[in-house]
Amino acid sequence: MLRHSHTLLGAMALSSLALATSAQADTLNIGVMGELASFDTSQVSGGVWESQVLMDVYEGLLKKNPEGEAIPGMATDWEISEDGKTYTFHLRDEATWSDGEPVTAEDFVFGWQHLLDPASASKYAYLLYPIKNAKAVSTGDKPLDALGVESLDDGKTLKVTLNSPTPFFLQLLTHYTAYPLPKHAVDEYGKQWVKMDNIVTNGAFEPAEWISQSRITVKKNPEYYDADEVSLDSVNYFNTEDRNAAISRFRAGELDIIRDYPSSRYQWLEENLPKATHLSPMLGSYYYVLNTRDGRPTADKRVREALNLVARRKVLSEQIMAGSFKDAYSLVPPGTSHYDVQQMDGVDGDYAKRLAKAKQLIEEAGYGPDHPLQLKLRYNTSDEHKKIAIALAAMWKPLGVEVEMTNAEATVHYQTIQEGDFDVARAGWIADYNDAENFLTLLRSGVGNNYGGYDNAEYDKLLDQAASTLNLDKREALLEKAENVALDDYALVPLLYYVTRNLVNPEISGWQDNAEDDHPSRWVKFSE
Amino acid sequence: MTTDTTPYSGHNLPPGSPNPPAEPDPVAGESLGQDAWRRLKQNKAAMVSLILLILISAVCVIGPYLLPWGLAEVDWNAFNAAPSFESGHFLGTDANGRDLLTRTLYGGRVSLSVALVATFVSLVIGVLYGAISGYVGGRVDSLMMRFVDIMYSLPFMFLVILLMVVFGRNIFLIYAAIGAVEWLDMARIVRGQTLALKQREFIEAAHALGVRDRKIVTRHLIPNAIGPVIIYVTLTVPKVILLESFLSFLGLGVQEPLTSWGVLISEGTDMMQSAPWLLLVPSLFLAVTLFCLNFLGDGLRDALDPKTR
Amino acid sequence: MLTYTLKRLLMAIPTLLIVITISFFLMRVAPGGPFDGERQLPPEIEANLEAAYHLDEPLPQQYLRYMGNLLQGDFGPSFKYKDFSVTELIAQGFPVSLEIGGLAILLALLIGLPLGIIAALRRNTMIDYTVMGTALAGIAVPNFVIAPILALVFGVLLAWLPAGGWNGGAWPNLVLPVIALSIQQIAYIARMMRASMIEVLGSHYIRTARAKGLSERQVIWRHAIRPALLPVTSYLGPAIAGIITGSVVIEQIFGIPGIGRYFVQAALNRDYTLVMGTVVFYGALIVLMNLLVDLLYSALDPQIRYDD
Repeated sequence: MLRHSHTLLGAMALSSLALATSAQADTLNIGVMGELASFDTSQVSGGVWESQVLMDVYEGLLKKNPEGEAIPGMATDWEISEDGKTYTFHLRDEATWSDGEPVTAEDFVFGWQHLLDPASASKYAYLLYPIKNAKAVSTGDKPLDALGVESLDDGKTLKVTLNSPTPFFLQLLTHYTAYPLPKHAVDEYGKQWVKMDNIVTNGAFEPAEWISQSRITVKKNPEYYDADEVSLDSVNYFNTEDRNAAISRFRAGELDIIRDYPSSRYQWLEENLPKATHLSPMLGSYYYVLNTRDGRPTADKRVREALNLVARRKVLSEQIMAGSFKDAYSLVPPGTSHYDVQQMDGVDGDYAKRLAKAKQLIEEAGYGPDHPLQLKLRYNTSDEHKKIAIALAAMWKPLGVEVEMTNAEATVHYQTIQEGDFDVARAGWIADYNDAENFLTLLRSGVGNNYGGYDNAEYDKLLDQAASTLNLDKREALLEKAENVALDDYALVPLLYYVTRNLVNPEISGWQDNAEDDHPSRWVKFSE
Repeated sequence: MTTDTTPYSGHNLPPGSPNPPAEPDPVAGESLGQDAWRRLKQNKAAMVSLILLILISAVCVIGPYLLPWGLAEVDWNAFNAAPSFESGHFLGTDANGRDLLTRTLYGGRVSLSVALVATFVSLVIGVLYGAISGYVGGRVDSLMMRFVDIMYSLPFMFLVILLMVVFGRNIFLIYAAIGAVEWLDMARIVRGQTLALKQREFIEAAHALGVRDRKIVTRHLIPNAIGPVIIYVTLTVPKVILLESFLSFLGLGVQEPLTSWGVLISEGTDMMQSAPWLLLVPSLFLAVTLFCLNFLGDGLRDALDPKTR
Repeated sequence: MLTYTLKRLLMAIPTLLIVITISFFLMRVAPGGPFDGERQLPPEIEANLEAAYHLDEPLPQQYLRYMGNLLQGDFGPSFKYKDFSVTELIAQGFPVSLEIGGLAILLALLIGLPLGIIAALRRNTMIDYTVMGTALAGIAVPNFVIAPILALVFGVLLAWLPAGGWNGGAWPNLVLPVIALSIQQIAYIARMMRASMIEVLGSHYIRTARAKGLSERQVIWRHAIRPALLPVTSYLGPAIAGIITGSVVIEQIFGIPGIGRYFVQAALNRDYTLVMGTVVFYGALIVLMNLLVDLLYSALDPQIRYDD
């Protein structure tokens, strides 16, 4: 079924670009599920598909290997001070931009200042908040140069000062918010530096062509320090929003990789394209928010427990989602570094017993046939979300719960649940960086993403303690304890852990499943 | 342009002067409606279609009461199950284990009523608006048609969202919203016909006889423009049914567990390779309905045509 | 006629101004904003964003700012696709949509009109039923069903054509999207043409023409087709404006870089500037197409006159 695509079609794509040097040029065609917002990393809108393009053309102090682990990138080595607050990075001598200019510590200082500059209005600026004064710079209370980063030794060394020890800081440096920007190009072209004619990058590839909504083409960066090791000559990222259509294009040999194929197709793909079909655990949690604000039925812990008890997660993952998700019993997913998966009490095991207990709890909470529990369930429009909502409504029915389902487009959905107009609402979280704290903040009081308004002083205190704990084991214990506080409170309905779903041409190597679903094209090779 | 060789060609010939007996002057003792009905009954294809349409509607209304499954009832043993008599899911189940036949029938209620109401709204507004605009002509026509241009250009999605914000989420609002945009084509078609018709002798004759404008529009213009109107109505129905599914995508259409044919078809499309019945069943219902509407439309057109009466 | 045309073009200005004004406020009072998403932004970042896009100003002031920029031909930058201005996005995508849409309309006319005429002439025969039955199938199957089936059959199973992609507009990439886009139009045009042909053929003056001894061919070509085109023309005006501005379904399924998707996506993303850009563009096209249609009326039926 699968044909060699990189020879014939690759050559076709290349000749149309007049880039072809030989008919044997290796081109990787990737179907991504959306459009990149910008090559300026401060303007990125946060889609997972955006990081795929950006990680191929830029490189941070650290980069990712095929397994998704952070390894030295622009920095060859670094020292961390004893208090965990100062990092000193030594930059690679041969690190250059695609125009031959050296990458210096100045470029990092400039890039990070640009990201935090209030005038840049960067959505993800907060990811760099662990750096000293970052938040004050972002609010405009302090000037840009107050940021705790310094270029030393003529730009060969970068010194970073943090607010507090941050164990995931090195992880964070692989994220696009921490990439350097070419100061010399920005100085020369101003805002126009991102245009295809002007842009310079420091990754294994450099942008070559961008047809909005159709294709971005990047070609091998000859100035890249490891250029000899890069096998591909170019990469095309096709915007394939219709993911079913993307499968057809993959089968026709037009695409080598499809990111995030639809879950409803998993079984069919597994049967028909077993060698190409990939599915592996991911650092992401799919859960239902319970509105714990006063006046809501879900403010009652008994109701929350009952709803959790009868949610049959195995049925969701194996029947409704046909194996394309993993059943979840906690907020923080497995695979999170320095963290053991926790488990909500009583939600696994004999269903009859759980149902009996749940019925009793609902009755104790004052609901019955004359006064049924009515819940407003909101979800954002999507095939998956719809199926899960329908299934949960059916699972809660034996408790006499009447569910009123409302779907909305994503912007309206999140605005509405932000305003608190719901009892139960669909939400999900994919890790920004591999750390439990990234998930646990979702239940911290006063945080925007805490849609249910969960407010528990003990929980907040444990997170605060963890934030200032340097010892990783102690920190882990504190974080795990915090999650258990929330799980014992049934603060949410954990449902599923996300998985990565990719279709990958079996002819390529250097592409591996990993929990963060990061796959730099730098490592990819077509096997002969 | 062809060169004219006959004295009757092109502009010299008065196009469309109606036959004298074609004037809507029904046979004494038989009303317009009775007359049309008599003619319709003679058209076999139209009658078969009418009966089928009534049958489909009846099945959608009554059927769900006779089937063993409820609209939202989940069969925990049959997810994405193929059609089978043993399981009682005669046309299979969806990804949530719900009976497809039951859901298709419920969906038919929504789709058929959306089609009926929205099309009727668009028909009434469009025909009246277009006829008045074309008949009055001049500045009024110009202003009325610019209003149509404006309505065409407004972003439909925000219009509907706003209607929903103002009037609340309500199924009748969906009908109204759809009708409120679909009348534009109708108005332009009727206006075009009216512009052509109003120059003709029989309208001018009616004028000369002192027939009031209102009567000219309702008795002479509209009946004579009925052909394209009926055809366009039959074309509006599928549009409206599918538009409803787009509104549902925005969360402005019907909400789960309720469904519609448009929603079922778009859900089925994603699964057409692994569970083809999810696409085929609602599509078949929709297709049969549209075929019947089409033949009924043709029959109605013939029956109502004043020229052949 | 020239005065009329000029008058109409002049009237386009207030028409578009009204469209822009209503759309601007309509869009802004609708719930959901450009920065609402899965992740809530910290308040200071939301404030930065609002300041950067002037969303923190009172609405009337924003409106005046927008109109001021518009008068200078500046549609502003897209909120979502930041490396492009709205003008660039439309300028890049419209030729693509125009090509696909124009070909689809052409195909639809070339096939739909003759089919409708033949069906009308062979009314209530097997030919009529076959032609109209096929046309109906085109209406009954929505394009979001047709398009993936075409891609699957011709792109994957038979592998005759690419299953998707634009490839700079190479013809193999055009075939499937053009067909998918035209099927419904063929059906519409054939249906409407058949009906109005029947109407015209039954009219008094055609009978007169026949009575005068004109050959059937002459009757049909000279006298029947032109007036029968009237309703089709009424329909085509707005339909062409719609089709050449692309179809979100076709573009997403075949991966075509047209502007059809912006009409839906810009609205879903609350990409305010892009929404306004598409509204202005589409509005101008509608005004233009409807003007053309009105002018065509007089060409098709010389008795139709507009007061200058």
